[in-house]
Amino acid sequence: MPHLEIVDLSASYEKGKHVLAGIDLEVERGEILSLIGPSGSGKSTLLRVLVGLLPPDSGRLEVDGTPVDFSDKRSLRELRGRCAIVFQQYNLFQNMSVMRNVTIAPTKIKKRDAATVRAEAQALLEKVGLGDKRDAYPDELSGGQQQRVAIARALALKPEILLLDEVTSALDPELVNEVLDAVRVLAREGMTMVVVSHEMGFVREVSTRVAMMDEGRIVETGTPTDIFDRPGAVRTRDFVAKILRG
Amino acid sequence: MIDRIIDEIPRFFTWYNTIFFLQAMGVTLALSLIGCGLGSIFGFALVYGRQTRGRWFTPIRILIVGYVEVFRRIPFLVILFIVLFTTEGFGVRVSFFGIALIGICVISTAYISEIIRAGLEAIHQNQWDAAEAMNFGRVATLRYVIMPQAWKVILPPAFAYFVMFIKDTALASQMGVLELTRVAKIFNDRGYSPFLTFGTCLLLYFILSYPLTRLGQRLERRLASSRNR
Repeated sequence: MPHLEIVDLSASYEKGKHVLAGIDLEVERGEILSLIGPSGSGKSTLLRVLVGLLPPDSGRLEVDGTPVDFSDKRSLRELRGRCAIVFQQYNLFQNMSVMRNVTIAPTKIKKRDAATVRAEAQALLEKVGLGDKRDAYPDELSGGQQQRVAIARALALKPEILLLDEVTSALDPELVNEVLDAVRVLAREGMTMVVVSHEMGFVREVSTRVAMMDEGRIVETGTPTDIFDRPGAVRTRDFVAKILRG
Repeated sequence: MIDRIIDEIPRFFTWYNTIFFLQAMGVTLALSLIGCGLGSIFGFALVYGRQTRGRWFTPIRILIVGYVEVFRRIPFLVILFIVLFTTEGFGVRVSFFGIALIGICVISTAYISEIIRAGLEAIHQNQWDAAEAMNFGRVATLRYVIMPQAWKVILPPAFAYFVMFIKDTALASQMGVLELTRVAKIFNDRGYSPFLTFGTCLLLYFILSYPLTRLGQRLERRLASSRNR
């Protein structure tokens, strides 16, 4: 049974303007699936659906074989309990210290023991190389540091599936690697991940599978070698050629 | 003229007159505090209702928007008369103070809800998204994430409004409520010098509103730093 199964899923922000137009996709447990494709192809939108921020117009989403009911709060809570997202713009809570950003949801929403959560959070911050920044505030950190806090915050939720939405695209080039390093560590640990990225070298290195998206559809999926070295679809060939050249 | 005023002072500041003035000050203070306090609570409730999603809540949203847009545009004095004649029309006996208070709440709710709404809208959508994705409900999102950041946007205009509001309560004198302006007028009618009566009135308004301004500044400094350490 796939960990995530998406069947004929369509979604839109405005009525009638489909941003996702019939997506079929399966993600196996422990798989790292990268979504590539031009801007506006629906990659980030797909992640928003997967974390329950955008209810789809039609189609189905199943986690471990259980369909998600987007109109049911309990079902949505269940979905968000399993999936965590890291946003392109980090979206850290500006009014909270790094430590509180990481611990607030586990303590206040999941009602877990504060001391345990704190210890875990400290370990996570050290994992992303920010153990000494726990008392800093988001506006005192660089973009790369903020993004790593955002990763630690997502991990503190103990997700089964981690969604990364262009986590390096808002960063200065020299900060990209520190964030990618943090993701590489997770990849080695076997977490299921859906990654939207424009870092083709990184996609090629960490992904177990790559899906090419265009105009709200999956054009083709395959191993990184398939997609980058012998793409089947013309659209993929054009996109990959353009990206690799640029 | 100065001689006349100095001559009047001992007769003016008698025990009875002073108590009368202080009582009036208390009425003005009560009208302002209760009005703004209830207005803040109801205003927040309106914002909460206005933010509901889904088709079923559409009538509520329309009602709220209608209320806010209408009552921010009607002069306070007109509202007072509307409240007066409405209560009379329904045969309910309400004191002038009660009518003034209802009128004040009607207006302050509309104004303060707009101030709060603007404050909440100043907070970037991505803060809501992040909270929602982490399973925060609407109340938890407001409490932990949005309000701590929105205070600094809400407080300055809210306190400016509260201060303005103290002054507006003077209109309740038109209904016969014995608040500051009315009492000053009464003394003036009794033949005391207007400099003395309205001068005292002015001073008392200042005493009421100045601490409020200072309190606003203090709160702003305390809550408003984007961090609550």
